[in-house]
Amino acid sequence: MTHTVAAETRTGRPVTFGILRRLPEHLAIWVPLLLSAGHLVSFALWTVWISFTPSTLVPVSGWVGLRNYTAVMATRNWQIAFDNLLLFGCGFVLLSLLTGLLLAVLLDQRIRGENVLRSIFLYPIALSFVVTGTVWSWLLNPGLGIQKLVNDIGWTSFRFDWLIDRDMAIWTIVIAAVWQSSGFAMALFLAGLRSVDADLIKAAQIDGAGPIRMYRRVILPTLWPITVTVVVIQLQFAITTFDLVRALTGGGPGLATQLPALVVYDLMFQRGLLARGAAAAVLMLLILLAVLLPYAGWRYLQRRQAAHA
Amino acid sequence: MSALSIRDVHKRFGPSEVLKGVSLEMGSGDFTVLVGPSGCGKSTLLNIIAGLERQSSGSVEIGGRTVDDIAPKDRDIAMVFQSYALYPSMTVRQNITFGMECRNVPRAQREAAVSEVVRLLQIEALLDRKPAQLSGGQRQRVAMGRALVRNPLLFLFDEPLSNLDAQLRAEMRMEIKQLHQRLGSTIVYVTHDQIEAMTLATRIAVMREGVVQQFADPETVYNRPANLFVARFMGAPPMNTLPARLEASPSGSVAVIGHGEGEIRLPVPVEVKGWIGREVVLGIRPECITEPTRHFGHAPDAVLTIAASVEMTEPTGAETIVVLRLGSERALGRVSADLRPRVNEMARFAIDTRKINLFDPATGDRIVS
Ligand SMILES: Nc1ncnc2c1ncn2[C@@H]1O[C@H](COP(=O)(O)OP(=O)(O)OP(=O)(O)O)[C@@H](O)[C@H]1O
Ligand SMILES: [Mg+2]
Repeated sequence: MTHTVAAETRTGRPVTFGILRRLPEHLAIWVPLLLSAGHLVSFALWTVWISFTPSTLVPVSGWVGLRNYTAVMATRNWQIAFDNLLLFGCGFVLLSLLTGLLLAVLLDQRIRGENVLRSIFLYPIALSFVVTGTVWSWLLNPGLGIQKLVNDIGWTSFRFDWLIDRDMAIWTIVIAAVWQSSGFAMALFLAGLRSVDADLIKAAQIDGAGPIRMYRRVILPTLWPITVTVVVIQLQFAITTFDLVRALTGGGPGLATQLPALVVYDLMFQRGLLARGAAAAVLMLLILLAVLLPYAGWRYLQRRQAAHA
Repeated sequence: MSALSIRDVHKRFGPSEVLKGVSLEMGSGDFTVLVGPSGCGKSTLLNIIAGLERQSSGSVEIGGRTVDDIAPKDRDIAMVFQSYALYPSMTVRQNITFGMECRNVPRAQREAAVSEVVRLLQIEALLDRKPAQLSGGQRQRVAMGRALVRNPLLFLFDEPLSNLDAQLRAEMRMEIKQLHQRLGSTIVYVTHDQIEAMTLATRIAVMREGVVQQFADPETVYNRPANLFVARFMGAPPMNTLPARLEASPSGSVAVIGHGEGEIRLPVPVEVKGWIGREVVLGIRPECITEPTRHFGHAPDAVLTIAASVEMTEPTGAETIVVLRLGSERALGRVSADLRPRVNEMARFAIDTRKINLFDPATGDRIVS
């Protein structure tokens, strides 16, 4: 293809002819891309606009300034959701990072059956969060899942009822989310471990580093760019978590597992407060930007350093 | 006692045999350079010596001790890698002391060792930097420092200079040579660079497809290559290798290149009775074909002057490479930089017949008297 295009340009025919010939390809690439980008951007802008209007059940025009924002932020619902997000975000990111790293280091020992194990650990990613949430809601249900199993075996005083415990319920979300996504962290870390310069490991072997020192001083320090990437991806997942909580706890018991996305849904579609819901959504977007913008800046610096080195 | 002895080492990676019975013997203070085409097993051999790779059979002795079952850290070796392999998260100081840290050497002793090495290599100012903040030459020095600080029985270098630019490479080459002379260390050094091999080595091992072709001092490898492969591999431009016949003459054997009118007869320096009347391959280095006014180490009777037609000249600055016809064969000669023999005309050349080599065309092996 490129060959013929080049030949045509050389013989003096206009380049546009080549573009025309490739029209189907261009259509196939650009139309869906523009449509989805347009969708995303226009709905985001629309949401921002709505958040400054007095809309309730239906969108109306008008300007109320930041009233919707102050109103949303003043609700207990939002405040709890925000606190929960902090707890859930930190717990989830740290635990999935550690689990992923541990799995990756264990898999890195060139054990037999690595491929099978890797697939098993990666498998949860292929599941919908709704499925994960539902399955874990059964597993964690005291009358149905793990607690019942252990009780039936004979340890009758065993209690594992975090799902209905107001203080612990948020950790059930952490558990399910870690279960679902630490395979992803593992995959990235494993790729990182495998791309460590083989000479580096040889040098450390000659220097006499044992396995623990080898990981701690030589191999793991090379992984921190990957760690940052994993943290950012997991964080933005945490911020936008919705379906998992819907399926697992529905935000309860009470407001114990309320998260911002649930607040948005609740305001917009259940209470018919469109503008407030939009304001909450925009707040979520801001939280997301607070994570993504520093990351983009960091990537930029990294690339510039690499270009200079 | 030899510093390193490798006995009949084989290495297989699955079905492919990468080392096919390598045996080398090195004395203390030897600087052995391993050369050979890419993929011939040089790095594999170095890794086996270091213990980073296990040989399929054969044994390795370092300082008189069989090390086959000894871990790399206990073999009393140090290695410098092509990529330098500096620990990116550690400072230069930590890079240099990491080995001592692993061996639990007391801090005061570490500091003393570091300051000595750092002075030797003149990298005092770099001690607190990270590798990413160093230039290629500085990284190379740090990698050397990490090896030197260990003061091992044996140094292993795997193409340590090949990531440097030409000028820096020449500088570092000199420094390595000086270090070797000063410290008297025993070194195995892998390189692709002919000049490094010739200038640094006390012994050169030429490898090809996992077999050592020749293991001798640089002078022997260069002037009396063991076979056609070594003859063509060492030297740039490579040795001319031309088909010739051997004939007897009153003054000794002569090699005849070409037939009839343009044939060229070169007296050969070796007694080759069994080969009279047979085809051989004649090897002669380009620098042994030069302008007639040149004196080859004041051995006038070894010099033969011939006329040959010039096909092409390539001035390189330091000298002029001449493509000429010997008999009907094409050969390269090297003349002084300011000489430009005319193309497509006859010119006279002196040939240093002392350095003619003869090879068996069937096996490629050097014919010895
Ligand atoms: N771990 C391995 N598994 C399989 N084959 C290998 C392995 N390591 C090396 N080889 C093969 O062994 C051969 C020799 O490799 P080696 O690295 O020793 O070559 P080399 O002489 O150092 O080459 P170069 O000059 O390019 O560094 C190559 O053909 C290579 O593909
Ligand atoms: Mg190599």
